[in-house]
Amino acid sequence: MASQVQKRPVLLQTVLVGILILWMIAAAFPFFWTLWGSFKVEGDFFSLADWTNVLTGEMTTRETGDAFTTEGYTGAWVQEEFWKAAWNSTLVCLFVVTISLTLGTLGGYALARSTYRYAFWFLLIALIFRAMPPITLVSGYLPVFFQWNIWGHLPTAIIVLVAINQPFTLWMLHSFFKNIPQDLDESAMVDGCTRFQAFRHVIIPVMWPGVITTGLFSFLLAYNDFAVTAMILDKQNQTMVPKIASFLGTTQTKGNVMFAVAAVVSTTAPLFLLIMFFQRQIVSGLTAGAVKG
Amino acid sequence: MKHSAFFWFVLPSAVAMLLFIFFPIVSVVVQSLHSAHEQVIIEVENCGPFGCTTATAIDQEATATLRQDQPLGRFAGLEIYKDRNHLATAQIGPLWEQSTGIGDFIGKLMNLPFYKAIGFTLTFTFVVTPLTIIFGFIIAVAVNSAARAIRGPLIFFSLLPMMVTPLIGSLILFWMVDARGILGTTLRWLTDDPSLSVKADTGLMWIMLMVYGVWHSAPFAFIVYYAGLQTVNTDTLEAARIDGASRWQQIRHVVIPHLLPLTTFIALMQLMDNFRVFEPIVSFNASAHATSLSWAIYNDLGGETQQLSSAAATSVLTIIGVAILLSPVLIRTYRDYGKAA
Repeated sequence: MASQVQKRPVLLQTVLVGILILWMIAAAFPFFWTLWGSFKVEGDFFSLADWTNVLTGEMTTRETGDAFTTEGYTGAWVQEEFWKAAWNSTLVCLFVVTISLTLGTLGGYALARSTYRYAFWFLLIALIFRAMPPITLVSGYLPVFFQWNIWGHLPTAIIVLVAINQPFTLWMLHSFFKNIPQDLDESAMVDGCTRFQAFRHVIIPVMWPGVITTGLFSFLLAYNDFAVTAMILDKQNQTMVPKIASFLGTTQTKGNVMFAVAAVVSTTAPLFLLIMFFQRQIVSGLTAGAVKG
Repeated sequence: MKHSAFFWFVLPSAVAMLLFIFFPIVSVVVQSLHSAHEQVIIEVENCGPFGCTTATAIDQEATATLRQDQPLGRFAGLEIYKDRNHLATAQIGPLWEQSTGIGDFIGKLMNLPFYKAIGFTLTFTFVVTPLTIIFGFIIAVAVNSAARAIRGPLIFFSLLPMMVTPLIGSLILFWMVDARGILGTTLRWLTDDPSLSVKADTGLMWIMLMVYGVWHSAPFAFIVYYAGLQTVNTDTLEAARIDGASRWQQIRHVVIPHLLPLTTFIALMQLMDNFRVFEPIVSFNASAHATSLSWAIYNDLGGETQQLSSAAATSVLTIIGVAILLSPVLIRTYRDYGKAA
């Protein structure tokens, strides 16, 4: 802003740096703390006697002979079969993102190019659907899914997540397509292309930045979902987030809360990488709605 | 764009939304007006050597046929909405008469499941939203004042609390604030009270849930404000400076008016998102102290006996709540896009 022109008073500068340091601790420290703690035994991570035990790993050394242990990870991934949940999550995310984007680009393109009033009403209805908490829809799904015997399967969850994702995907892609000049596809149609050919040969090659950003958010929605997947998938088909929630019910009583800690770290790691590589796209996606109004 | 082309382009996503969003809403409304069949009771006469006795028994066969014939259950009208687990219309009157004052009345009201849920949901929504905006703004100003080279990493770490799965983010905080965790220990040391436990205290639990709420959504407000700060008109700022505006006056009269439309956007998004607060209650295992509307639905659906009608009624009430919160957004969108279209 004015940083180059105007020198800040020392006091203000100190306050700003102080805020930054506090916020960085609040935002990042919990994750590093949990990552560190996931290599300890429960007696250290939850220590009533002395909190420094987590740092020194006293109980961990006593129980396993080393200051670091991967017991939590082997317990979660092998014994509790977290790998299955990870595989299910991969499948769900892959299909949800692909299908959402396919439907969304078609719809978003049409909504951006149509000049009729009904396109606006379509978007308005999509906005209402987007505001609906997904869990309110679940009691509508269950009786039908039970009757048709499709409850509990991955494809069911994928279709439901795609549908719940649609309003958001449509809005986001609609605003991206609005930014692609209309002359581009219109000149292709003047040259004899049909609407679909113009879309296929002219729009698709230039739409990728918008599609990647929207894809990231679809991925996050599918990856982070708990309300729908917990209610619609049965035990064998659970994705990672509901699986972690079920750890809380069963393993906490068995004294193996460290399985849940390890699973939490394993689930967070891909998100870490995702934010690291796609930070720019995420920021632009978050602000797209705001800055343009 | 021609009507037919528009139709074919939009068809797939329209069908998806029709089948999996619109129909379920209709189905939820219908279900909330029906309740499960009661079991068919028949009287059986047992005659023995000492005379006859009549006993009542469940006619399994008749019950099964009835349930088969009318899977929706019997029509109950608004009965479910009025029962003790929802609006509790029958209970409120006596409660009001029994209570000594308005505070006492609210206290008693919070024992009813629906009012407990809506009480927390609304408190959460209207406490977390303003705090998110204030913290987001402060962080944005601080990050904006940092050297350009370190802004990338600063933004990276700032995004973490928001991007991480809500269930996981709240679990991480919950483990730290556990009586045996690092924050729990610090709290006990600070207050010098060895028995202090966030899990056991309703007030502390509410505060903890709201702290989580702010931690989770402040990054969103931050990112939007930060992007806004990049587009503040430097010419206007310079003009203000030349005219002798102090630093505070520059912020007050140039920066804040520029960011005001963003504030409405953040507030509306946050109101909608905070209204569906759900995952932290599961992670914090907080249902004894705080419940929300979404949690109430989840609880009805997840129990041993799925109470579909009860869940459906709560869903309808939640949707009405969302609609009320959403109306300003709709009007705004209607004004922004409706005129252009």
